[in-house]
Amino acid sequence: MTSSTETIIIGGGLVGVWAAYFLARRGRKVLLLEKGFIGAQSSGVNFGNLRLQGRHPDQYPLSLRSQGIWEQLPELIGDSCEYDRTGHLYCAFNSDEAEKLTAYAAVSRSHDLQIENLDRVSIKQRFPYIGKKVIAATFSARDAVANPRLATPATARAAQAYGAVMIENCEATQIEASDKGFEVHTQHGETWSCLYVINSAGAWAANIAKQFGEDVPAFAAGPPQFVTEPVPYRIVPSIQTIDGSVIARQIPRGNVILAGYPRTASDLAANRAPVPPRKTVAGMAALSEVIPSLRSCHVIRVWSGIEAYLPDMIPIIGPSETTPGLFHAFGFCGHGYQIGPGVGLCLSEWICDGQTPTPLEAFGIGRYRTTIAVSEKFKSEFDAGGANA
Amino acid sequence: MPTIVIIGAGPAGMRAAETISRAGLVPILIDEAPRAGGQGYRTPASGISIDTHKLMGSQSKKYQQLHHDFLSIVSSIDYRPETLVWAIENNTLFTLSHNTIATIQFDCLIVASGATDRVYPMPGWTLPGVFTLGGMQLSLKDQGCAIGKKVVLFGSSPLLPLVALQYKNLGVEIAAICDTTGFAGKISALPSMVFSPGTFLRGLSYLASLTLSRTPLFFGVKPLSIEGDHRVRGIRFLTGSGQEKWIECDGVGLGYGLKPETQIADLAGAVFEPDEDLGLWLPRMDQDGRAGKNLYLAGDGAAIGGADAAEASGKLAALAALSSLGVYCDAKQQTRLQNTVRRLRAFQRGLARAFAPPQQFAETLADETVICRCEAIHAGTIRKALALSHTPPEMNRVKAITRCGMGRCQGRMCAPALQAMIIHHANQSLAQTGRLRGQAPIKPIPLSAAGETAP
Repeated sequence: MTSSTETIIIGGGLVGVWAAYFLARRGRKVLLLEKGFIGAQSSGVNFGNLRLQGRHPDQYPLSLRSQGIWEQLPELIGDSCEYDRTGHLYCAFNSDEAEKLTAYAAVSRSHDLQIENLDRVSIKQRFPYIGKKVIAATFSARDAVANPRLATPATARAAQAYGAVMIENCEATQIEASDKGFEVHTQHGETWSCLYVINSAGAWAANIAKQFGEDVPAFAAGPPQFVTEPVPYRIVPSIQTIDGSVIARQIPRGNVILAGYPRTASDLAANRAPVPPRKTVAGMAALSEVIPSLRSCHVIRVWSGIEAYLPDMIPIIGPSETTPGLFHAFGFCGHGYQIGPGVGLCLSEWICDGQTPTPLEAFGIGRYRTTIAVSEKFKSEFDAGGANA
Repeated sequence: MPTIVIIGAGPAGMRAAETISRAGLVPILIDEAPRAGGQGYRTPASGISIDTHKLMGSQSKKYQQLHHDFLSIVSSIDYRPETLVWAIENNTLFTLSHNTIATIQFDCLIVASGATDRVYPMPGWTLPGVFTLGGMQLSLKDQGCAIGKKVVLFGSSPLLPLVALQYKNLGVEIAAICDTTGFAGKISALPSMVFSPGTFLRGLSYLASLTLSRTPLFFGVKPLSIEGDHRVRGIRFLTGSGQEKWIECDGVGLGYGLKPETQIADLAGAVFEPDEDLGLWLPRMDQDGRAGKNLYLAGDGAAIGGADAAEASGKLAALAALSSLGVYCDAKQQTRLQNTVRRLRAFQRGLARAFAPPQQFAETLADETVICRCEAIHAGTIRKALALSHTPPEMNRVKAITRCGMGRCQGRMCAPALQAMIIHHANQSLAQTGRLRGQAPIKPIPLSAAGETAP
């Protein structure tokens, strides 16, 4: 028997649940299928950074719109998800890096972000725990953090309150385009018909795009992360070094969380994201240099996640170029958490209004019809050998 | 020459090291503790004088024999005490010793990581003066200290009478022994007890000796609370007939049997299976303890079997490893040891059934009880989270949402309680409930250790 709905979302990560939320809020019928549990993959295990400075220049309109959603979580979904406007300190170790910071800051300011330039003296005054190796920094006060373990399930609950239907442990095994839209078959043998499909299946999304003749060189990887035991709370902003060796934040209960590059390939088939112990050790050494007072503190656990990466290090967001009614939103290259709600909003606008006011041309899947330039970030943020590492 | 690494210098690891050494190889024996013996056969800290013979009672001879045999080979093995294995990647162990991180490559790994107490929290269980039964024993064996002057032992464990006897022999007053299982439960476990009647009789003789010396014994009790302001003042419980009882004491030993410490086996790639009967996820292994290619598990860290089984399974794993490496083979002894290990573990399984954890635990537990002491997560918080949609009744998801099991001990202490609460909430099997996955570092490691070496 075939049931019908208007939109089917494949993948219950942050993007999928926010798309469901905005569609349901506008009274649209929406069904979300999640092969595992809502928010259990990279949406639930990422670092939790809502970073605005240092983003890809084309991403600012989307990014700022998304931050606006994060800033209103209690009004929108009835839960703050530990959102905290902590600010973000971007750190440079040498003059080359300091120049990069200046260039990033110029881009951020052109989008009306308030960015402060800090020299060694002002770093010492404002953030006395930062080590001497950091010679310059920029501070962005609007940057924030939120708890990734809570955000996706909480948004899913709010979407359901507006009428979205979500089914967990239900893989979409086959998606067929028909003249009336789509037929989606599930692992449990049900068939759903719908007018629109959103492919927000994270690291598993490229397989779906491929079925519609849109083959992109996505691969799965994740950053090594660790968390320390709780120590007295004093490191308020997120601290990030521009070389990516340290992305750290302390949560008010005291634990310090660290993510750092290079990233490691994940095993999609086995659903595993190993953390090589050597990377943990490298992260420990790097963190003690940036925040020397943490040297005596203990690491209690490591983890990683399964994220989709693309060689140009920006996501695919937008309509399919082969199949009307199909929308892709995947390949967030490790920076999807901050823009996730905004992407969900734009997807809902495409479906309801046929367009979105946010410029997203740079993220179209069509760019992969020609050879894509490999991003500098891609070269520096992965193990030697890139995707094969 | 192949490198065989043994993790854990308790009876299983010590016997494995001895067996490999006698075959002409030089095993690396890694142990977290400064002195060999594990938990059960621990030797006192230096400068502490304890009458070990009196303390070990009927086990004294085995204890002495084990340490004597180990002493005869220790100079011909690569023994590394005070060393923690915190991560494993392929055939590389990452260790921490004296604040230095190092790596060890191995061809074959024998994990003899021992067991820890299984604890079910009750209100007040985090008060100073409350210990696990195993912890109580260790403070005696290692430091010659009792946990209090007047002690109550509470739970369901064959250790209850044993520890009581050890404390009594050293002059500590045992205010009561409170067993949450009834006497009937023990009788029904008898069929499998006949596998090792000697051990069972020894257990009964502890009880008899306690009874004779008028220690109050309660069967079929239900926990209410441990109370006190800054430390334990007493314990409140319901007797088998349902009467509330308050007993004053300054120490409480809590324990509901043992559970294997399986984190290292997990990191080494062992496959885990639910044992619905025991309520534990256990590593899959063959009768030699082989849990993977060049991976062997021995002792209570593999399956609870007690000290005798640990010694035998340590020898057995070593023999199997030597034989598969083509170094040495003694098929006859291997078969004999397989039989011994099987018999002793079957007996322990019966014992575990006789001392089953309290059935009503998850249902009756007060909301304000701390479940995860590392993260200070209360039973009520877990119940509230479970009641929400998108909290799937699965250990790792509930951990992610509530933080229960996320702290320093990685759920070693709270996992049995969390598991019981999820199973009760969803009315499902252990298999459906899942298990907390082991993650490096299996015990906390300081950032400063990274600065002193580049592995």
